[in-house]
Amino acid sequence: MDFTLSNKHLMAQSLFRDFAETEVKPLAQEIDELEIFPEETVKKMAKAGFLGIPVPKEYGGQGCDPLTYVMCVEELSKVCGTTGVVVSAHTSLCIDPILNYGTEEQKQKYIPQLACGEWLGAFGLTEPGAGTDAQGQQTKAVLDGDSWVINGSKCFITNGKYADVYIVIAVTGIVEKRGRKQKEISAFIVEKGTPGFSFGTKEKKMGIRGSATYELIFTDCRIPKANILGRQGNGFSIAMHTLDGGRIGIAAQALGIAGGALERTVAYTKERVQFGRSIAQFQNTQFQLADMAAEVEAAKLLVYKAAMAKTTQKVYSVEAAVAKLYAAQVAMNVTTKAVQLHGGYGYIREYEIERMMRDAKITEIYEGTSEVQRMVIAGNLLK
Amino acid sequence: MKIVVCIKQVPDTHGGVKFNPDGTLDRGAMLAIINPDDKAGLEAALRLKDEYGAEVTVLTMGLPKADDVLREAMAMGADKSILVTDRVLGGADTWATSTTLAGAIRNLEYDLIITGRQAIDGDTAQVGPQISEHLNIPVISYAQDIKMDGDSVIVQRQFDDCYHVLRAKMPCLITALSELNVPRYMTPGGIFDAYDTEVTVWGRADLKDVDDANLGLKGSPTKIAKASDKVRNAKGDIQKLDTAGAVTYLMEKLTEKHII
Amino acid sequence: MALEEYRGVYIFAQQTNNKLDNIAFELLGKAKDLATALNTDVTAVLMGFGIKDLADELAAYGADRVIVVDDSHLKEYRTEPYVHALTGIINRFKPEIVLVGATSIGRDLGPCVSARVSTGLTADCTKLEIGDFPLNPVEGKEQKHNQLLMTRPAFGGNTIATIACPDNRPQMATVRPGVMQAIARIDGAKAVIEEFNPEFIPNHKYVDILDIIKSANDTTDIQQAKILVSGGRGVGSAENFRMLRDLADALGGEVSCSRAVVDSGWMPKDLQVGQTGKTVRPQVYFAIGISGAIQHTAGMEESDIIIAINKDETAPIFEVATYGIVGDLNKIVPELTKHIVWAHGETATSHKKTAFQK
Repeated sequence: MDFTLSNKHLMAQSLFRDFAETEVKPLAQEIDELEIFPEETVKKMAKAGFLGIPVPKEYGGQGCDPLTYVMCVEELSKVCGTTGVVVSAHTSLCIDPILNYGTEEQKQKYIPQLACGEWLGAFGLTEPGAGTDAQGQQTKAVLDGDSWVINGSKCFITNGKYADVYIVIAVTGIVEKRGRKQKEISAFIVEKGTPGFSFGTKEKKMGIRGSATYELIFTDCRIPKANILGRQGNGFSIAMHTLDGGRIGIAAQALGIAGGALERTVAYTKERVQFGRSIAQFQNTQFQLADMAAEVEAAKLLVYKAAMAKTTQKVYSVEAAVAKLYAAQVAMNVTTKAVQLHGGYGYIREYEIERMMRDAKITEIYEGTSEVQRMVIAGNLLK
Repeated sequence: MKIVVCIKQVPDTHGGVKFNPDGTLDRGAMLAIINPDDKAGLEAALRLKDEYGAEVTVLTMGLPKADDVLREAMAMGADKSILVTDRVLGGADTWATSTTLAGAIRNLEYDLIITGRQAIDGDTAQVGPQISEHLNIPVISYAQDIKMDGDSVIVQRQFDDCYHVLRAKMPCLITALSELNVPRYMTPGGIFDAYDTEVTVWGRADLKDVDDANLGLKGSPTKIAKASDKVRNAKGDIQKLDTAGAVTYLMEKLTEKHII
Repeated sequence: MALEEYRGVYIFAQQTNNKLDNIAFELLGKAKDLATALNTDVTAVLMGFGIKDLADELAAYGADRVIVVDDSHLKEYRTEPYVHALTGIINRFKPEIVLVGATSIGRDLGPCVSARVSTGLTADCTKLEIGDFPLNPVEGKEQKHNQLLMTRPAFGGNTIATIACPDNRPQMATVRPGVMQAIARIDGAKAVIEEFNPEFIPNHKYVDILDIIKSANDTTDIQQAKILVSGGRGVGSAENFRMLRDLADALGGEVSCSRAVVDSGWMPKDLQVGQTGKTVRPQVYFAIGISGAIQHTAGMEESDIIIAINKDETAPIFEVATYGIVGDLNKIVPELTKHIVWAHGETATSHKKTAFQK
């Protein structure tokens, strides 16, 4: 088992790091303070090919592997959690399901423009009454002649309003399975600007405040019949499989946030002098940093392993769940300790470390809470 | 159109020089990068390629690890890359370096050669113009803008307080300033492709029309008599003086250090 | 031809728009020292169109002889006709040393000429003297005397090297403006004037000048500045920063500041140096009225020379300063500016040397 990164992965990593330091870092504080979606950064990332990293060349993507994509989200998240999730949601939650389940026409229609970043993608599953209990879906899609008509709403949608293409999960009927009535759930591709599709509340959040989190509202929204994604009734499993990939992206975001916080804290403890020496010289500090470093390293290996699993396996739910569960936990832990090690300055927004702690929290919640990840892992253990 | 871009791998002397505990320069800690003026030259070539269509070949003379800068150049969009490396070429001053590069370029077809104005380690700004001498083609240095015009290039040539707009017929050589443009980022796909593309490696034997007497350390007319690294400042002097005394002291220091 | 037969110290007298550039006088000043050590004389090479009457000025600053190339091809600087002319002079007159200014002209002219006459060129020299190569005798190796020893920074200024060109002639060097000293002007001095015609035949290397455009000034980027005059809370007010601006202008530098200054609204955030501002690495960093807390010094401690002026001798800035002055900035800064302006005004065109110049 070779844990070294290849030359091309190392070069890709330095590309992402360079871009993050130069283009993303200077804006991170402002987009958080003012809750601005980083539109200019998205354009620059599009130009550099960051919005289609694991997409095959024949569809206009970069033709790289999931590991390269994960490293991109990680490096971006080291300096800005918001920017990291923009790329993750777009790539894992919108491009990926179309690549995996779309017809050739759908792939040709949507993938090239998503991969080159001309269009941004998003994914709408969550509803006010359907979070962890995703089956609690109420949004309906009814076939009417040549169109599907969608009614309902989605909430907490990342990249909302800025995205051009949305994967929307909706109830298309009732089926009977083993004597019990069950909802038939399907997936759809909905374009921004479609009459009947509008945006509601923009959420004010604890962290990743630059990320656009919107309510999607569907009022007799008509989309072409051809815009159903995958087989009718397959929507739930498409959503679950899509989330497996999304979890790897979020695990990468969490890993990046933790890694970025650790780097800053190491630098800070070397500079900060109290009692005539740098606080890095106190063993208490050293031991804390050591623990943080070990956690980040462990998280990194789990995240990269999950990325490799996605490259070589059809099913990678468990690897993804383990990576997200652990990385999110590490992110919370490391950022909380990082704030503490900064002392008073850790509480001052200008020092940016408190933002990393606020950003870290969401990684334990979205794209499947840590409780859900435990359900997946236990379910696999005990089957 | 065929463009040859000469690039050099240099230690990142601008990006943070580190010192050893004894105060001497820690050369090993410096990252190796594409020389900034050369990167601007490469970006200029890539923009010409985007706009007019061209084949861009990058060429570097260096140690085997200079392969990294060629991969980076290809990841940005260069089509071909050539590494000129050979023990006998080592220790070269600008005369021997330019002789070597000219010898390599003589094997290639080119309309335009672009080099950076100067490298951040040697800081001489000599190799580009000297290559043009060896190849007997026109040179325009200090380019701050490059456009095509049929079989000529139109270049804005920077001077201290003005710039000239010059036209030169190709083939010719242009030296680029890092102010010329902001180089594009590599793309992840470009990186993957760059590592799948072969780098051509040439040695002394592949150089055309060059004399051994002009290569390497032996072929360098300038010779180093002495060289020493800067040592990091220890804590300096503190003076408690009246105004006139303070000004005299500062003027003395500023003059001594050639600041004024 | 034997190396010893190359004689004379020559300098390229750069002129712009038919006005001699200061670098010409500075090179003459150094050439005089070198020529004296070599027991030879100083020749200035003057090239242009309608520039003959500039020759006397070169004599006033130390030229024993002036070789004039006056031709319409040389009206504006272009690489090929100038390279052809200087090469012609070298081939005809065989100088042992040729000095050229390290300007945007000289750094184009120098390398082309040195390549064309197959000799070495050392760029951006900060020190020139006559000595032996090798510096110390080496067993079994010939030690040559009366060699030009050229000292220059390399590696981004982190290394100082001394270079010789023992086996080729002429020995060529470019020198940055502001490094060498001109001699005091000698009124009424006369030089031998020799006109030279290198025969200009336009060829494929002659480029066409389509237009000449004056440049506008760029916006400030403190991270690019070579000299920064930085102020802290001690400066006292936004108006008082005028004093730092004047000092910066006199030195050809830029103004920057600490966080306290930005927070007080005296200066914009893009001039802030420090942990939450920019990291800078200029050649000279003036820390004026800055206490030097780590939040600030983290952003500038890699500067080559740090000059601190502060009335509090316990201020931590003195821990990192190369030269520290405990004193009143309100008195010292304007006085310093005055002296610098005075000193700059002294070069080339005036008679007196100030007490501060050696």
